[in-house]
Amino acid sequence: MSNRIDVKKTYKLYINGAFPRTESGRTYEVKSAKGVFIANPCLASRKDLRDAVVAARAAHIGWNKATAYNRGQILYRIAEMLEGRKAQFVEEIVVSTGTTKVKAEKEVIESVDRLVWYAGWTDKIASLAGSTNPVAGPYYNFTIPESMGVVAAIAPESPSLLGLIDAIAPIIASGNTVIVLASTKFPLSAMTFAEVLATSDLPAGVVNILTGKKEEIAPWMASHMDIDAMDISGVSVKISHELKVAGAENLKRIHSFKGSDPARITTFMEAKTVWHPIGL
Amino acid sequence: MSFEYAPAPESRALVTIKPKYGHFIGGKFVAGSKHFPTINPATEEVLSQIALAGKADVDAAVIAARKAYTTIWSKMSGKERGKYLFRIARIMQERAREFAVLETLDNGKPIRESRDTDIPLAAAHFFYHAGWADKLEYAGLGTSPKPLGVAGQIIPWNFPLLMLSWKVAPALAAGNTVVLKPAESTSLTALLFAEVCQQAELPAGVVNIVTGDGSTGALIVNHPGIDKIAFTGSTEVGKIIARAVAPTKKSVTLELGGKAANIVFDDAPIDETVEGIVNGIFFNQGHVCCAGSRLLLQENVAEEVLHKLKKRMEKIRVGDPMDKNTDVGAINSKEQLAKIVELAAVGDLEGAQRWSPKCELPKKGFWFAPTIFTGVTQAHRIAREEIFGPVLSVLTFRTPQEGIEKANNTPFGLSAGIWSEKGSRTLWASQQLRAGVIWANTFNKFDPTSPFGGYKESGWGREGGRHGLAAYLKGVGHE
Repeated sequence: MSNRIDVKKTYKLYINGAFPRTESGRTYEVKSAKGVFIANPCLASRKDLRDAVVAARAAHIGWNKATAYNRGQILYRIAEMLEGRKAQFVEEIVVSTGTTKVKAEKEVIESVDRLVWYAGWTDKIASLAGSTNPVAGPYYNFTIPESMGVVAAIAPESPSLLGLIDAIAPIIASGNTVIVLASTKFPLSAMTFAEVLATSDLPAGVVNILTGKKEEIAPWMASHMDIDAMDISGVSVKISHELKVAGAENLKRIHSFKGSDPARITTFMEAKTVWHPIGL
Repeated sequence: MSFEYAPAPESRALVTIKPKYGHFIGGKFVAGSKHFPTINPATEEVLSQIALAGKADVDAAVIAARKAYTTIWSKMSGKERGKYLFRIARIMQERAREFAVLETLDNGKPIRESRDTDIPLAAAHFFYHAGWADKLEYAGLGTSPKPLGVAGQIIPWNFPLLMLSWKVAPALAAGNTVVLKPAESTSLTALLFAEVCQQAELPAGVVNIVTGDGSTGALIVNHPGIDKIAFTGSTEVGKIIARAVAPTKKSVTLELGGKAANIVFDDAPIDETVEGIVNGIFFNQGHVCCAGSRLLLQENVAEEVLHKLKKRMEKIRVGDPMDKNTDVGAINSKEQLAKIVELAAVGDLEGAQRWSPKCELPKKGFWFAPTIFTGVTQAHRIAREEIFGPVLSVLTFRTPQEGIEKANNTPFGLSAGIWSEKGSRTLWASQQLRAGVIWANTFNKFDPTSPFGGYKESGWGREGGRHGLAAYLKGVGHE
């Protein structure tokens, strides 16, 4: 067995349910914590982002229409698939970050549980964030939260898997679709997570994952006119100001978060109020 | 030219029914002492022998539930509790067809309904409440709502597994443990559910199932080791329970009888309305607490609606519940059939006009043809009492206000239906109606996210949605 040569994985992008290489033909080198070469992931381009936006916009129609129950079951299915592949994620995290196996296991387990947590929110968020409003008149008046559309997210550099899941799951729980830029330094778990998504009955285009450089891609996200909102939890304060300026062009909703909270879901939802007369 | 339906029977091969069952206590099946038969109401075939739980059995179940509550379940994080519920939901989905076949054999309801309604909804209830287990602080009951302890749950025979899920899922999500008693005539799917608990590796004692009749139910209601009673069944028994627990600290939720008005205004879409009327009263043989059993027709459309309703009823297929084309199956028991027959006879006697489509009923088993009574007045017993069978009482009204007044003229308040194409009128009517669930241009719709329960003598509390959780949690301000 010792003579066997490993078959190495080519890390590619995840766009519209497929695994294309970057159209730019560019890659960058990722090394292990010990400085050993691991992979040449894609250095995604502005054009890759545009392709991902097109896919996400198209996918929003169906995903937004899916019942909350259905979305919850698919998020739960993602958790099931991730649970089954824990070992692979642990290995990749250990190799790329140099953390201990115990810490890597903790991150992966938390990632599975976090997905289950978000799965349970899909069919509850409207009961909590919505309301009926006792207006002073013969009108039935209620407010329902709805998904915004296409959201772009910058995942934090670390933790590379848990941070990615906190970026993706709350955005798609409500019916949004997402384009997420993975951790630049530790992109392995993101691309392996794409394989989990691809086997979880998640419709193509609901989640699109890019690898590359924040300083290059994030400004294109912020200025893209067909992106409705952005989660910039993964960028520095300095860049975040620039992104907000660029995002003002289409009044993009740009937010960042710490940890997991239902606010991560509601922040990327619009509130719609409906008036209807009551009377014979 | 007419097309006949060929028989399309569902296979029985998927289910294995044991000749005899015990109780499910502390994670194990334990033998019962006395037994009674459970039959297929469509054929009167004896399916199995069901154990009759006495005091010792109920005591053992309560002790097991208490132990599981104090040592495991109340200490476990909501996140981990939720995972057990997700497992249960998934296993129920996996074994859905098996449950459906067993439910239909034991209950008599059409396989189409058990397969497409009862079982998928039961699994959905577990899935929904699984998600609540780690989110209870968001339920609107304060930052740290607490479970009640051991819940005694008594469920009816009309939707056996679905009613089990309405009871067990929220109780477990909130951190309670349960002692559940299925109805005497429909214990089999609850006992199969016990197997699901085992497959899910649910800690022993979190769910305990004792089978039996009303005497077993009384033992649960009066047991000093139980903190909460949840009951679905008749208003008569609901009142007995309310009296029994009055001097105790037990909290109680009751989901009781109904005599729902299904109100048809003159601007209703008639064809859809007729479908809704049929679904409202003949779904599950009318064994539905929220059935639209009082049809209130605005006078100027009454004749047209009745004409179309009768035409539609002639197409209803009554017969073998295992046939996938059957619309109306068997009456659940001999006793229930006798009640329906008796009340229908009272309808004749009091002067209402009975009509049923021509339909051939099977020789064996318990059957009652879909029936409507016209010329019914508010004083008639068939307009006041719950028949719990495929019998519709038809009344008329002239003005919308009169319709509402008649609709509300009942001690019940579980549900009501409104048929109108005018939104403002629908909302006006729903505002006036004194009932817990209002269906507009639809009927008999259920969802785990939607609270269900009644006003007045239809019960206490709600099941489903955020409101349903309150039945199993102590929040701020509760003693």
